[in-house]
Amino acid sequence: MNIWVFIDHFKGTALPTSWEAVGTAKSLGATVTGLVLGSGVEALAKQAFEYGADSVFLSDDVALTDFRAEVFSATIAAAGADRPDAIILPTNSRGRELAAMLAIDLKSGVLVDVTGLELAGDRLIVTRPIYSGKIMQKEMCSAKPQIVTLRGRAFPKPAQTDGKTGEIRNIPAKLEALTTVEGYATSDGGVSLADAGVIVSGGRGVSNNPSLQPPAGLDEKAAEIWRAQQGFKLVGDLSSVLGAAMGASRAAVDAGYIPYSHQVGQTGKVVSPDLYIACGISGAIQHLAGMRSSKVIVAINKDADAPIFKVARYGVVGDLFTVLPAITEAFKQKLGK
Amino acid sequence: MKIVVCVKQVPDTAAKIAVDNGKIAWGDAPLVINPWDEYGVEAALQMKESQGATVTAITIGGESAVDALKHALAMGCDDAILINDPALATMDTQVVAQILSSAVRKLDAVDLVFFGREGVDGNSGLVASQTARLLGFASLTLASVVKFEAGTLRVERATEEGRQIVTSKLPAVMSIVKDYGEPRYPSFMGIRKASKAVIPIWTLADLGMAAPNPVVSTIEILNPPSREVNCEIISGTPGEIADKLVEKILAEKVL
Repeated sequence: MNIWVFIDHFKGTALPTSWEAVGTAKSLGATVTGLVLGSGVEALAKQAFEYGADSVFLSDDVALTDFRAEVFSATIAAAGADRPDAIILPTNSRGRELAAMLAIDLKSGVLVDVTGLELAGDRLIVTRPIYSGKIMQKEMCSAKPQIVTLRGRAFPKPAQTDGKTGEIRNIPAKLEALTTVEGYATSDGGVSLADAGVIVSGGRGVSNNPSLQPPAGLDEKAAEIWRAQQGFKLVGDLSSVLGAAMGASRAAVDAGYIPYSHQVGQTGKVVSPDLYIACGISGAIQHLAGMRSSKVIVAINKDADAPIFKVARYGVVGDLFTVLPAITEAFKQKLGK
Repeated sequence: MKIVVCVKQVPDTAAKIAVDNGKIAWGDAPLVINPWDEYGVEAALQMKESQGATVTAITIGGESAVDALKHALAMGCDDAILINDPALATMDTQVVAQILSSAVRKLDAVDLVFFGREGVDGNSGLVASQTARLLGFASLTLASVVKFEAGTLRVERATEEGRQIVTSKLPAVMSIVKDYGEPRYPSFMGIRKASKAVIPIWTLADLGMAAPNPVVSTIEILNPPSREVNCEIISGTPGEIADKLVEKILAEKVL
């Protein structure tokens, strides 16, 4: 069985899920071809071999500097007369859009955001969450190549074997662009929620510190947001000690405390870190849907009846404004930071 | 300008979803317009207001799906089309994209097609890009800011690495994310207008299509593995809580 794996990267740094995908394809006993597209990305081909790829299709062209799904899809679709049995990509904005277009260009179908995978003959039987994880669905694709996007962190990352190499085949870029990437308006410096091993999240409760006196002259809403920002500082302090990504509930985002890019839940990001610390989050069903598959959940909330405690492994019923700084301090000492 | 906005009807996100006799059940929760699609409708209406346009809402579904279209009409869409055909009992995203692209072609000379980022039911997020690909339109997904000036579309896309600025010419397909801004509520006049609207039904024959053949099929649906969690409550002074909790977390070996 032949599987192509799209080695997704941002400015030359590969996404960990790319290697998880290579490892997953190898674990199925497949011959794996890494698809490396970009500009000045030959180092990624070398890495692909070290993570297990048998060969690499390399399209190194200045016109491929920025990912554009239509260009990448056309390039990959023209890459070989011998179509593979499957193409695996990471589930992120690039992987999802590229998979979507490849399915049209190659007249096949996409199995999206897969968390489980087994082989029946040369067919992949995948499991994926729908309704934000409230339901799991087993699916298959009757056409080939079977196009699969893997959820990050759902499959193990393979070991890297230094110095392993393989055959590189150069593939010409198909420059049929319909869009132009102009650049970035803002760039999030922090850890991305989807890749994070640890997430510390804040909810509406972070704005309720009664001992804080907002600066004079703020109206009621501005004072509330000021309070919330002080609360999120505490969430951020713990995040940085743990190297964690910062999350938020929909209530906190809707109230204007923190940008939407931090929202965890059914209408935000679905995450499954090893450790999820929920601060001042009551646990609406939509929030739980987005984080309940986290390995260990810790909840800090002043309301002992909050639904978040039903999914938490450890709970603290109390005032997050005194508990959170104490936890941050304790971690600092234990982790030697 | 001629604008199409594609919407879907889904169970309310507050519904308790479970597998019942091998089928997905949502109790007596209402069916609503997909919450993400309201952002698509909002972006379509703001484009209409700034550029002058007609906005047509389209959905594929049974007769009850008319309610999602009525919501879009009540928000301010000019007209709506329901695509309904018994041959569409099972679809995959490729089939949905084939049908929607055929409908866009039939409407003729469409400049912009708007979508929400994904359905809150299937969570696929594929149909906008697939429709764009079938139509040969530019695909601008996950847009949080949309501007149209001097014949050029300029969007900010909410990607994992930040807000990416992308431009294209018309025609284009866009999917809109929540950062775009709150969708408007239907007005009283809008609701009255929508309640009286006669919504045409298009069949596959109207689209000149044979029954499409889905390649992705569902084998089984399952409840997620139940999480038997006994929450261990940690108490004491803040300092005591912190020490105990940190010790427990370190023992879990998740850092």
